Amino acid sequence: MSEGVMRYKRKGFDCGECLRHNSNDLEDWREGHHINGCKLIQFYNGGISFIYDNQNKFEEEPDVKDLFITVDDPESHFTAIETFITYRVATKTSRGEFDSSEYEVRRRYQDFIWLKSRLEDAHPTLILPPLPEKFIMKGMVERFNDDFIETRRKALHTFLNRIADHPTLSFNEDFKVFLTAQAWELTTHKKQGPSLLSRMGQTVRAVASSVRGVKNRPEEFVAISEYVETFSQKINTLDKITHRIYKEEKEYFEEMKEYGSIHTLWSASEEDLAGSLKGIASCTDKCCKAIDQLMAGLSENLMPVVQEYILYSEMLMSVLKRRDQIQADLDVKVEALSSKKTDQESLHEAIGILEDKVECANNALKSDWDRWKQNMRSDFKSAFTNMAEININYYEECLATWEAFLSSQANNPQLEEDPEDKL
Amino acid sequence: MGDGAPEKESCGIVSGRSETMEENYLLKKIEIGVSEAEKRNGKTSMNMQETYTAYLIETRSVESQLDGQNTPPDSLWRRYSEFELLRNYLLVSYPYVVVPPLPEKRAEFVWHKLSADNMDPDFVERRRIGLESFLLRVASHPTLCHDKIFYSFLTQESGWKEAVYETGFQLKVDSRLKALNATFRVKNPDKRFTQLKHYSDELQTAISHLLRVRARVADRLYGVYKVHGNYGRVFSEWSAIEKEMGDGLQSAGHHMDVYAASIDDILEEEEHYADQLKEYLFYAEALRAVCRKHELMQYDLEMAALDLATKKQQCEELATGTVRTFSLKGMTSKLFGQETPEQREAKIKALEEQIEEEEKQLKAKNLESSDFVKSAWADIDHFKEQKNRDLKEALISYAVMQISMCKKGIQVWTNAKECFSKM
Repeated sequence: MSEGVMRYKRKGFDCGECLRHNSNDLEDWREGHHINGCKLIQFYNGGISFIYDNQNKFEEEPDVKDLFITVDDPESHFTAIETFITYRVATKTSRGEFDSSEYEVRRRYQDFIWLKSRLEDAHPTLILPPLPEKFIMKGMVERFNDDFIETRRKALHTFLNRIADHPTLSFNEDFKVFLTAQAWELTTHKKQGPSLLSRMGQTVRAVASSVRGVKNRPEEFVAISEYVETFSQKINTLDKITHRIYKEEKEYFEEMKEYGSIHTLWSASEEDLAGSLKGIASCTDKCCKAIDQLMAGLSENLMPVVQEYILYSEMLMSVLKRRDQIQADLDVKVEALSSKKTDQESLHEAIGILEDKVECANNALKSDWDRWKQNMRSDFKSAFTNMAEININYYEECLATWEAFLSSQANNPQLEEDPEDKL
Repeated sequence: MGDGAPEKESCGIVSGRSETMEENYLLKKIEIGVSEAEKRNGKTSMNMQETYTAYLIETRSVESQLDGQNTPPDSLWRRYSEFELLRNYLLVSYPYVVVPPLPEKRAEFVWHKLSADNMDPDFVERRRIGLESFLLRVASHPTLCHDKIFYSFLTQESGWKEAVYETGFQLKVDSRLKALNATFRVKNPDKRFTQLKHYSDELQTAISHLLRVRARVADRLYGVYKVHGNYGRVFSEWSAIEKEMGDGLQSAGHHMDVYAASIDDILEEEEHYADQLKEYLFYAEALRAVCRKHELMQYDLEMAALDLATKKQQCEELATGTVRTFSLKGMTSKLFGQETPEQREAKIKALEEQIEEEEKQLKAKNLESSDFVKSAWADIDHFKEQKNRDLKEALISYAVMQISMCKKGIQVWTNAKECFSKM
């Protein structure tokens, strides 16, 4: 054991993410190392820790996408006990570690939850993409209503693709199993994981430590924590505003429909005015269609992005807690050093391991944080740009409609020829 | 004077802001405007304190303007109740005329932001415009413009009210007209007037429905725009915690504020459009009033003719001694003895005198009626043309407003898009 232990020295490495794996087989990892450009750092307690050496990147870098995933085709399943939905998960890949280049499997929401918890366990301080929520609170009576399923499907699609784009997570073994295993294979694989109890233990401790507060939280994580708190508030407000706008647009749409029909009704009792009145009615109808398109645009683009980032902000808070927990584990041991009753030698050994663990966790979070911020910025940039575009399209459609009406009135022979008329 | 004929003076009054007018009826003599409104405190007839608004009526001879002299206008103050008095006088004195309506007494068809308070400055301003419009319409009416009372309303500061009452127009007010729901069973209704009454009902229904829904549409539109102002606030707050995307967010937020603020002017303009429609809503009432007056006239005519016929028959029966119709007198005379020949002679003579008188009256009434019908139809045709012109113009102005709103929208969202692209 002591042969393989090397003290990790931070100098000389510009590290990216931290990869942890459960195998002791060095040969496996030598091969892995060669493909993924990572360097072996140390063995400890049956696990091996790797750090990506970003300075030694290969030419074919993650900028070229080699893993394509789609989630579609929701199907209902009825058993004696329950009703549930499965989604088709189709994968296309050129990666060597996959036996084939195409896969098609069916997964249900529970399977996604399993995947996420496995990823959390393996990478407690990486920022995982959020899963869509189990239930949506507002006004959903029926769980399996079409809109709900479609919204969930899109979110699950986004979830898997975000993992695929993540430089560390996309190489996770459980992720590969999720994408490729047939139903029974997955069930078998699931049973091999750590028990529910041990996972719960981690969560409980993490919550407890956050209540106590971590003493030596590094500056940068304090800053991130403060940021996340404000960000979370703002995103939630943004969500409320967006839903409110959607609601107001809908009601505007309803009133405009009636407004149009009144003009048609009135035209029935008029002669000279009938043409103009019908013209107005037709304009309002076209504007209604434009409003409908606007609403569709909002719900397809902006709203899912905002929703995702609400969940992301919750996720960030748990990630920060977990990091704190890892540090707390170290702090406890360090404090124990001062007590003379303990076994100093084994304590030093344990502290050494924990220090590495903390270092690893912090680095992982830091670089993932930068990545997350970049993605967030680009996601919102395109979501807001899209929102501006759909509004511009809406106004342009309406403009064209009303201008057409105006020119139809100008060409109308029913107009009085009296030059005194102002128009 | 009390002779029943309205006071006329050959003055030609014409508006400074013209609608199309028939040249032969008018001489361009004076300009009219309602230029200001002022809050006043005074005492009611019951000696209680009250606050009311007075409006400044300015008149100026057209000639003096053409000469290049800058003579100041003559002016006097009138309050709404005096306008009402003038209109009532016109209604009674020219029953065959579709008398232009006054702006509404109380604010109706309000959407939530508009105050229903008569003292509200926006309401007062729109009322000022409506009162000016009323005066201009009367002044450009071929019949009404010659009325002396109207002229002195514009020019005679004191003693005008007394002059109106002196005309004794109130005596001519038929109280039966006030009973709106009273129907008079006219045996031979004039089909054209029946149709016209039906049309005025339809017009009233259509416009009031339209105004109601327009108010709701305005309300919804207000909501949509104002909620975007919340985006402005959130973007600003969010930009405070961001580095690279802060500027883009902040400036986009500013445009959201501009967008939210723009709805106020847009809807203010639309109120003027609503006022144009309201004028015709009230014109519909004026139209119906003419129909009702005709109906009453026709009813009176038929009653008079019936009475005459009855008397003639009675006369005949007395003369020939045959009783064709049952009468109590006849019965009592049978029971209690016949009249003397002298008595009968006297009766016949009395009846013959009455018949002669009534025949004269009936002839006069018939003449009056046919004069009324002729004048009324001339005025109604004049009104129809005016209505078609005015409403068409209003509908076009509505389209123009929509176009302006769309263009503003495109501008704002294009600016916002620009800011988002810099995020």
